[in-house]
Amino acid sequence: MNARNIAVYGGGILFGFGLACSGMTRPEVVLSFLRLDDLGLIFVMGGAAVVTFLAINIVPKLMKAPALGGSFRPRVSVLTGNTLIGAAIFGIGWGISGQCPGSAVASLGTGNWPIIVGLAFMFLGAYIRGRFIRDRN
Amino acid sequence: MFPLGIEPYLIGGIIIGLGVSLIYVLTGLHATQSSFFTTTLSWFSKLPHFQEERNISERDWRLALCLGLISGAVVYTFTMSPSGMFITGVDSWRLALGGLLVGFGTRLSNGCTSGHGISGIASLSTTSLYAVITFLVFGIITAHLLEFMGVL
Repeated sequence: MNARNIAVYGGGILFGFGLACSGMTRPEVVLSFLRLDDLGLIFVMGGAAVVTFLAINIVPKLMKAPALGGSFRPRVSVLTGNTLIGAAIFGIGWGISGQCPGSAVASLGTGNWPIIVGLAFMFLGAYIRGRFIRDRN
Repeated sequence: MFPLGIEPYLIGGIIIGLGVSLIYVLTGLHATQSSFFTTTLSWFSKLPHFQEERNISERDWRLALCLGLISGAVVYTFTMSPSGMFITGVDSWRLALGGLLVGFGTRLSNGCTSGHGISGIASLSTTSLYAVITFLVFGIITAHLLEFMGVL
């Protein structure tokens, strides 16, 4: 274990605690958002994005580089057809199961063992993407 | 609209943001989740897609992030959870079919609720904004269709 991985693990503990605290580790809560019965999820994603926005935009003005090395770069990506087709397919899976990758992993820590089925199929889906969809160069 | 209030959601979201921010300030890495599936498969598959240099170099910290997420949820469950451990009542076929589409879709889209929804939006990426709108719209339509069909 190097310092970077320990730092990621520590931040991950906060991340997982927040996911469990906000109920995102419960597929039922996510599904009630997607049925528009309880719109709380907006505050989870919004609250997390605002705090992260402050970190990404203010910290690089105070520090030249991350404390443990590396560099500060915003997360930007190129918009392609696959971005939107993939997001639509993800949305359908999200609406069927109430799971997303982070919440499903954290859900294991709440004792929710049936979510192992969802995670196994997420790996299968990621494998199918790598096996059958050609990468653009 | 908010039968349970907004506090647990807002507090949870801020804690998630603090975790993502801590990782960014210390390492410059964006703590996003769906790449974890691809980087972890690089240990098991020789396919070029999984053996890309980026996947090999990221796979150890992405595993550390995954273990952190689980540990954080364990801490919550045994300290503050009002109801203790949780077992979902959502059917296995929905977890399986939904999981398959989530795994495939997030990797095709290069991001999920954390990658596009938190780090991408926080980076003011228009690509991520379009992705978030897309998965929200399709998620809401799908959940309503299932409700309409009597699958609850």
